[in-house]
Amino acid sequence: MHLLEPRAQPSRVMRWAAPPLAIVAMLIAGSLLFWALGKNPLGSFKVFFIDPLTSAYGWGELLVKACPLILIAEGLAIGFKARIYNIGAEGQLIMGALFGGGVAIYYNDSTSMWVLPAMVAAGALGGALWGWLPAVLKTNFNAEETLTTLMLNYVAVFILEYMVSGPWRDPDGMNFPQSVMFSDNALFRVLADGSRVNTSIFIALFVVLAFWLFNARSFLAYKLEIGGHAPAASRYAGFSARQTVWFSLIISGLTAGLAGVGEVAGPVGQLNLNISPGYGYAAIIVAYLGRLHAAGIVLAGFLMALIYLGGEAAQVSLQMPAAITGIFQGMLLLFLLGADAFIDNRLRRPA
Amino acid sequence: MLEHLVPILAGALAAATPLIFAGLGELVTERSGVMNLGVEGMMSVGAIAAFAAASHSGHGATLGLPAGALAGMLTALIFAFFTLSLAANQAACGLALTIFGVGLSAFIGQHYVSYSLPGLAGLNLPLLADIPVLGPIFFRQNAVVYLSLLAFAIVAWVLAKSKLGLMLKAVGESPESAHAIGYPVLAIRYGAVAFGGAMAGIAGAYLSTVYTPLWVQNMSAGRGWISVALVVFATWKPTRLLLGAYLFGGITILQFHAQGLGIAVPVQVLAALPYVATVIVLVAISRDKRLLQLNLPASLGKSFLP
Repeated sequence: MHLLEPRAQPSRVMRWAAPPLAIVAMLIAGSLLFWALGKNPLGSFKVFFIDPLTSAYGWGELLVKACPLILIAEGLAIGFKARIYNIGAEGQLIMGALFGGGVAIYYNDSTSMWVLPAMVAAGALGGALWGWLPAVLKTNFNAEETLTTLMLNYVAVFILEYMVSGPWRDPDGMNFPQSVMFSDNALFRVLADGSRVNTSIFIALFVVLAFWLFNARSFLAYKLEIGGHAPAASRYAGFSARQTVWFSLIISGLTAGLAGVGEVAGPVGQLNLNISPGYGYAAIIVAYLGRLHAAGIVLAGFLMALIYLGGEAAQVSLQMPAAITGIFQGMLLLFLLGADAFIDNRLRRPA
Repeated sequence: MLEHLVPILAGALAAATPLIFAGLGELVTERSGVMNLGVEGMMSVGAIAAFAAASHSGHGATLGLPAGALAGMLTALIFAFFTLSLAANQAACGLALTIFGVGLSAFIGQHYVSYSLPGLAGLNLPLLADIPVLGPIFFRQNAVVYLSLLAFAIVAWVLAKSKLGLMLKAVGESPESAHAIGYPVLAIRYGAVAFGGAMAGIAGAYLSTVYTPLWVQNMSAGRGWISVALVVFATWKPTRLLLGAYLFGGITILQFHAQGLGIAVPVQVLAALPYVATVIVLVAISRDKRLLQLNLPASLGKSFLP
């Protein structure tokens, strides 16, 4: 049955009410899930969403997880506004980690202060390159970016696997697929003892401010948005569809690459196969949940980070697989999209 | 050379089977105008449901396939509710379904890691199986491989010759006109999405109970996405989908025979081949804009509220 009919005017209220509604729906559905698994819903809820935030360390971890999510989502939002659906951030993150990590491995004995900046630059380049590739495939060969970016995620994983089990494998690593641990010189400095929060948060902070300014003040952002909705109109404004595609994919690849460096030169400290617990996919949800708005994305990033922390806590305290994080993420996005349907539509009224 | 070629071709048929099921399902869904990018998720849910049913009942794939189909269909109905009844964004809902399905599969699968099942023996069709070369390739496969061909024949026939196929295509081309002449647009689309889910579920069930009857996390490993890409490659035509699936089956199986063939390439390069090939194939087919536009169901991905 069709449950909806179009509204005369899109609802502004729904546009901003949809994220909180989706979160509430996710919590209700999550409680039902816990209940169905024979766990006390309220107790599980507390373990999942409250306990992680009862210590200073927990808040630090929240920040550690929120940073990459926010970084990637800010970049993705630029593309999503222009209707360029990059779902390859996971691969772009990995390429960033590989490029940045490569610098760290080759200059592991160096004490130069330029190692870390070089890693950041290389990581940004690696991510941007992995975003540029599907951009070329789209503008020159008309290949849809949704499928090509997604496929390149798998390719990136195999490149990473090859590098850490071949050329860059730690010779003293008992044959595990991982690189050497990076030297302190190639790591972001930890900000407070006993936590893993490090100076890479300033990169995230800078990106958030830059994107907020970009969206609020620049004519280019406006043209990009127009380009997504009316390609012909944007051509008159002197910005071709080709430029829109390239700009969106390269920028979102670049921020994902930065997130990749942040991980390997931060909490991970080396190249291995567990660089990202799906941040590239989760960031898509963060971008939409944050309404593609620079500040909204920050809030959404913290919520998503909490879902990751909750998943880890559930694993420890409730003996639940950490994969529960994926279930919550999927539900959150579904509910958000369902609620978004009410922006342009309303419940059908009996005639 | 022949001693390598026979197992490669036989293996290609087996490796293509999940792609055929999932691809046919997505093809039918897309012909009704709905783009479900959740194939990977539905396949994952089908795989774990089938594995659980098969290992608890002791009936193996016989119960695993229907269980997978049912689980895939139920997962697809979640997608249908959001995209059809609520007219939510199809591409994004499909992605959400994939994240959800892969998570659910890993969540339940945690209890089954490294459990194994007996699998399914080849049929060894009498007389035919003994034909040199052709016998081992075509006539010693397991029953599900032949089932995929039956599914192909049915889908191809329904789309080309039946009233149902006509209605499905009409809805996909223009839901407005179909609605105007009294076709139940919503019911047909619900049916097409459910069918796509069931087929993806069977594909997952085949992976977990027949192809590699041992539970490992992330069983579908991108095959759902490759199936979606195959539908584009096939320009929404079943016969081309079948050919594409065999091509990809061959590429997938190549990695297990590379060493015997004396190809000295790192395993990861060979393992990445199917994904690289998907990109190449998408590029090759998309270059011809007219070819795509000629065959693309006109309402694909667009919501319809009468």
